[in-house]
Amino acid sequence: MKSGGSLSIWFFIGVSMLVNGILITGAGVWEFASHANNPVLTLNHHASIWWGGVLLIFGAVYCYRFSPVRERARNAGTP
Amino acid sequence: MTHVPALLAASTLVHLTPVDLAIVVFYFVLVLAIGLYLKERANTGEDFFMAGREMTAWVAGLAFLSANLGSLELMGWAGNAYKYGILAAHWYWIGAIPAMLFLSLVMMPFYHICRTHSVPGYLKLRFGESSRTLSSISFAFMTVLMSGINMYAMAVVMRVVLGWDIHFSIWVSSITVAVYVALGGLRSAIFNEVLQFFLIWAGALLIPILGLVEAGGWSGLKARILQNLTEQHVANPGAYTHMWSTLGDFGNNPMGINWVGIVFGLGAVISMGYWTTDFLVVQRVLSAKDLRSAKLAPIIGAAFKMMVPFIVILPGLLGLALLRDPHTGNLLRLVPGDLAWSAAGQAQGLHGYDEVLPLMLARYCGPGLLGLGITALIAGFMSGMAGNVSAFATVWTYDIYGALINKHASDESKVKMGRWCTLVGVAVSIGTAYLVMQSQSIMDYVQALFSFFIAPLFGTVLLGMLWKRATPAGGFWGLFAGTASSVGMWAWVKVDPGAVKYVALSSHAQDQAQNMFRALWCWLICVAVTVVVSLVTKPKPDAELTGLVYGLTTIPHEEHVSVFHRPVFWAVVVGAVFVILQIVFW
Repeated sequence: MKSGGSLSIWFFIGVSMLVNGILITGAGVWEFASHANNPVLTLNHHASIWWGGVLLIFGAVYCYRFSPVRERARNAGTP
Repeated sequence: MTHVPALLAASTLVHLTPVDLAIVVFYFVLVLAIGLYLKERANTGEDFFMAGREMTAWVAGLAFLSANLGSLELMGWAGNAYKYGILAAHWYWIGAIPAMLFLSLVMMPFYHICRTHSVPGYLKLRFGESSRTLSSISFAFMTVLMSGINMYAMAVVMRVVLGWDIHFSIWVSSITVAVYVALGGLRSAIFNEVLQFFLIWAGALLIPILGLVEAGGWSGLKARILQNLTEQHVANPGAYTHMWSTLGDFGNNPMGINWVGIVFGLGAVISMGYWTTDFLVVQRVLSAKDLRSAKLAPIIGAAFKMMVPFIVILPGLLGLALLRDPHTGNLLRLVPGDLAWSAAGQAQGLHGYDEVLPLMLARYCGPGLLGLGITALIAGFMSGMAGNVSAFATVWTYDIYGALINKHASDESKVKMGRWCTLVGVAVSIGTAYLVMQSQSIMDYVQALFSFFIAPLFGTVLLGMLWKRATPAGGFWGLFAGTASSVGMWAWVKVDPGAVKYVALSSHAQDQAQNMFRALWCWLICVAVTVVVSLVTKPKPDAELTGLVYGLTTIPHEEHVSVFHRPVFWAVVVGAVFVILQIVFW
């Protein structure tokens, strides 16, 4: 579904996941590198790093797949 | 990382770090940006109120589900899972899936073909102005009042969980919702609902995954629950992990309900009423671009709805199995919210049932992940409020203003009215929130009021669609009698609590069980009155019912599309998975 211009709703989802993924992965790496003393029970699973990474990749794929440039090109090819 | 003391009180469940706060702030910036971006596409009535009727099945389906997936819903049902065990999952499975499939395959064609803007609009076409007026006025006012109650409840949760000031929570969230819905209309609300859907899964999915790892899988979780409840001398602890096997008798399960209440009260009446006639959710599907998308949207919603217990019910059960007092190491027992949030409860450090999800969030989520989880809760609250306000604006503009006040209103003036209604709806919600702050008993009354209309409305709409002999007088008096009988039964139990054994067939019946049976009786009364009155009054001629009633409506066939593109195929798949889940968790 398109909105007013060429931005798809999925592009906004991608931006959201990408930015959150970057922030969460960054926080996870910082915790890991600084050996922060955090009371979270399963810190040894490094959930922030791998879950943040999953969001980052998901967001990047959506941003690329539904980028305004690609959407415009796709629409131009549609009769 | 340093904490952010400016916004936080000393004793809160969780403490946000700057990165958590950055995630929350980014969410607010993004939703406002979406509202501004979509402003140009909300110039006509169809654009503003129906999102241009151009949504794909996926967008409409996810918005349909998300409109119901508010944060209070998430926290409340996680709390109910802690309180009642896996029985709470009935509200996600039999209490949703059959109704969603019924909406898709049976009712959606009529809604779509008659091109109505709202459910009261359908009642106008089918039964006339009086039925529409009754349902639209009740829906419009109850919707904004409920929105205010949810706003207050959410602000209380934010105070308990994060230490945020109640006024801060109410005003920031309300102003944001008012801006993005007034600018972009239903399209903006739907965009943010889909965004919220992804945020909720991203923010909540880790809890069950890490919880199951800690508990030793599903069998380990069941064993721990059994052990913990046995230690606490809870009667029939096995009932907390079985969905059907304890429903033969009212006294065998923690909810005090039997299978009749679940199957007929919840599955056949309450959920059918909510998912097929509550305009808040139906509006999302009405925005679909064609009939096939409109039929597929509830099926897509149903497929994801079946998975929601994984992020809602499972954390509640994990809380029952794993939560311990960090100081003593003893099992942590959660208590009813009013006790936990009282001054005495706070002094003793008690936690309410509804805090189980934030407690599990705090247990597993470090910096960043915690911010995402909190953002998911805020997003759930705000999109729920946006849903209420956009539905209110539509019903007010088309079914009250356009029908009763200014019958010749132009499309432009309707859009203008819709924008003002959005602001007024938010203002009334804020006023309700402050009213509840003064007297919390108002909350119980308004929640009860809302429940009075759903079950009878389903009876009226169902007969309207499936029985051409139903007359305008039958529709109106059936709806009126069903609503009045629901109010009467509720008042009877309030005045004489012993009456619960008549209304809910058992003195063991808890609140949820009472709601089920009250809905069942008032639906039956609505149907009976509609039938009797219809049989003695004059029906509409067939020509006036074309496109509104089964047997007089030509529904497009789908022979030209492959089986994998047919809604009925996917409905069968979803239905089969639903049956398998009941057997697995029997």
